[in-house]
Amino acid sequence: MEPLNALVSVTNFMLIPAFAYGSQLALGALGITLIFSILRFAHFAHGDTMALGTAAVIGGTFFLQAQGIGLGGLPTALLAIPFGILVMVLYLLAADKLVYKYFRQVKAKPLTLVMASLGVMFVTNGITRLFMGVGETRFEDGQRFLFTVREFREFTGLAEGMALRSAQAITIITALIVMVVLFWFLTRTRAGKSMRAYSDNEDLALLSGINPERVVMITWTITAILLVLAGTLYGLDKGFRPFNYFQLLLPMFAAAILGGLGSPIGAIVGAYVVAFAEMGITFAWRRVFSYLMPEGLEPTSMMQLLPVDYKFAVTFAILVIVLLFRPTGIFKGKVL
Amino acid sequence: MKKLLLASTALAFSAGMALADVKMGVLLGFTGPIESITPHMADGAEMAWNEINESGLFLGGQSITSVRADSTCVDSSAAQAAAERMISSDGVVAIMGADCSGVTMAVLQNVAMSAGIPMISPSATSPAFTTTDSNGLFFRTAPSDARQGVVLAGIVLERGFNEVALTYTNNDYGAGFANAFEAAFIEMGGTITSKVAHEEARGDYSAEVGQLAAAGGDALVILGYVDGGGSMLRTAYELGAFENFFMGDGMFGDELVASVGEALEGTVGTIPWASGEGADRFHEMAEAAGVQGQSSYTRESYDAAALLALAAQAAGEATPEGIAANILNVANEPGEPILPGELARGLEILAAGGEVNYMGATNVTLVGPGEAAGFYREYVVENGEFVTVQFH
Repeated sequence: MEPLNALVSVTNFMLIPAFAYGSQLALGALGITLIFSILRFAHFAHGDTMALGTAAVIGGTFFLQAQGIGLGGLPTALLAIPFGILVMVLYLLAADKLVYKYFRQVKAKPLTLVMASLGVMFVTNGITRLFMGVGETRFEDGQRFLFTVREFREFTGLAEGMALRSAQAITIITALIVMVVLFWFLTRTRAGKSMRAYSDNEDLALLSGINPERVVMITWTITAILLVLAGTLYGLDKGFRPFNYFQLLLPMFAAAILGGLGSPIGAIVGAYVVAFAEMGITFAWRRVFSYLMPEGLEPTSMMQLLPVDYKFAVTFAILVIVLLFRPTGIFKGKVL
Repeated sequence: MKKLLLASTALAFSAGMALADVKMGVLLGFTGPIESITPHMADGAEMAWNEINESGLFLGGQSITSVRADSTCVDSSAAQAAAERMISSDGVVAIMGADCSGVTMAVLQNVAMSAGIPMISPSATSPAFTTTDSNGLFFRTAPSDARQGVVLAGIVLERGFNEVALTYTNNDYGAGFANAFEAAFIEMGGTITSKVAHEEARGDYSAEVGQLAAAGGDALVILGYVDGGGSMLRTAYELGAFENFFMGDGMFGDELVASVGEALEGTVGTIPWASGEGADRFHEMAEAAGVQGQSSYTRESYDAAALLALAAQAAGEATPEGIAANILNVANEPGEPILPGELARGLEILAAGGEVNYMGATNVTLVGPGEAAGFYREYVVENGEFVTVQFH
C-alpha cells in the first residue's frame, strides 16, 4: 500500500492542481500564439482581457442565478459563457478597430503594436476593476467536489486522501475538447486554412485572394472564445481576482514561447511544462518519499528544490533559458 | 527637497488655516491584500472627526477634513508617494495610518520623520515599532504582536496541540508575528513542524499547503489576512492536509466566513479587542452611523483619529509639533476618562486647560511612543459566527 499512498499524495497535492492549471494556461497560451502568428505582435493585454471576459461571464452568472436558472450540479457560469464570448468578441473587435487597425495599416513595427496592446491592457484593467472591484469574487456554484478527501479515504481505506473538485474536472475536460476543436478548425476548415496561409506568408495569402480583414476578425473571435473559456475555468477553479489574471501573463507567455510562438501544439505542451515545472520544482517531496523509502531511511529534510515563493521565478527561469538557448521553442516557432 | 516639502506644507497649511479647516490624513490600503477591511477602518476614523466637527468645539470652531490616500499595504514606494502627496499638496497636519507594518515603517522613516508629521497607526502590530526611534512621531493604538504571539501560543497548547505547522503572510507583520509565536510556542514546550510564508492574493495555494502537509502537524496556525490566509485555510481543508486551524488577528472578519465557509468551523483565533463600556458605545454609534464597527481595527481607527484631534486641541493649535507632543498626554492618565461619543466633552475640558485620559473604544493606554498595551479576545467559529471564549 505504501507506493499507492505516495501516488495518492502526489496526485492530490501536485498532479491534479498542476494539470488543471496547465489546462487553463494552455487555453490562454493558444490565444497568445494565434495573435502572434497572425497579427504578429505579442498581445500584452491578454491577461486583462481574460479578466474582463470572466467579469462578463460572472455578470451573466449572477443574472441567471437571480432568475433561478441553473445547471443543477454544474456551475451556472457554464451557461453564461456564450454571453461572455459575445461581449469579448465585440470588445476585441472594437479594440482592433480603434487601436490595432491603424498600426497595421501604417505597417508599424511589432514593438509599436506591443506598446499599443500595453495601453489596451491598462484600459481593460481599469474597466474590469470598475465593474468588479479589486477584491475576490467567487462565482462557483453547484456541486463543489466530485469526491472529497474524506470520501476518498473512506472508500479506499488508504492513509492518504485525494480530492477532485468539479471545477478541476470541468477545466481539464473542456480544455481537451477545445484543443481538439481548434485543431480541427485550423486544419480542416476553409477559414482555418486561410488563417494558416496568412500566418505563413502574408503577401502570398493576399495574392491568392484571402481577405486580410476577415482573417483578423476570425482571429479575434477565436481569441475571444479561448480567453473567455480560460478565464472562466481559472476563475471557477481559483476564484476571480483581476490582479491574478494580470499575473497569468508571464506563465502564458512563457508557455507560448517555450512551445514555439505560432505553434498551437507548442502552446499546449509549453503550458503543461510550465505548470508542472512550477508545481514540481517547488513541491515538498518529503511526504511522498517517506512512503517510498525503506523504513529508517525516511527523509528528514523537506526534499524541496525551491521554496514555494519562487514559483514565478521558475517560470521566469524557463523563459530566460528558452530565449537564450532555443529561442524558437520546442516546436520551432517564430523568434520573438 | 526637504525644504521644498516644508515650504509647501507651510503654504498649504496657511491656506488651510484661512478656511478654518484642519486636514488630517487617512492613509490605509484601500487596494491590496487588506482592502476588504480598510473602508470600514477609514469610516471608523472619520466617524471620530465627524463627531468632533459636529460639536463645533474644535480649536474655536475649526473643522477637520479627512484626506484619504492609498497605502496599498504592500507597496512601500506607492505608500510613500501617497504620504508625501498628502503632506505636501494636501497639507495634512497628522496621519491616521498607515496600516500594514511594512508600509507603515517605510512611510514613517522616509516621509513622516523628515517632514515631522505625527502618525498613529491603528493596525501596525509588528514588534519592530517598539524599538524604533521615531523622534516621538509614531504611535499606535493596536498592541504589538510580540504579545499576541505569546497569547496565541498559550491558547494553542492549552487546547492540546503540541505539534503545529505555521504559515504567515510574507511581510513585516506576518514575519514579526510568526517569530513571536514561534519563540513563545517553543519556549512553552511545543514543536513547529514547518514554517512557510505565503503571499497575498494568489489564485492557487496548493503548493504552499503541500509543503506544510509534507511536514505534518496536528494543526495549522495561520498568521495572515482574510484574503491569503483564508485561501490557505480553505485549500488546506479541502486537500485534507489539516483539520484544525488557529489564526491571528489579521484573519478576523465576516468576509472570512463568507469566503471560507464550512472549513472554518471550530477554528480558534485571537484579535485585539476591547470589551466593556467603551467598546459597546462605539458599536452603538457605529451602527447608528451605518459603519461596520465589528470589522477589524475599526475601533483602533476611531481611537487613533480621536487621539489626533484631542492632541491638537490640547496643543491649542493644529500643528504637527503640537499634536506629536500632546498625544501621550491625552491618551494616558491623569485626566478625565473619555469614551466614544464623549469627544465633545473632551474638547471642552482641554479648551478649559484641563486634562483628559482618552479611553476610547479599546481602553487606550500608550506605553511611550510606538507601543500600546492591549487586550485580546479568544474566539472560536461556531456555525459561521465568531463566538467569544475569553479575554486575555
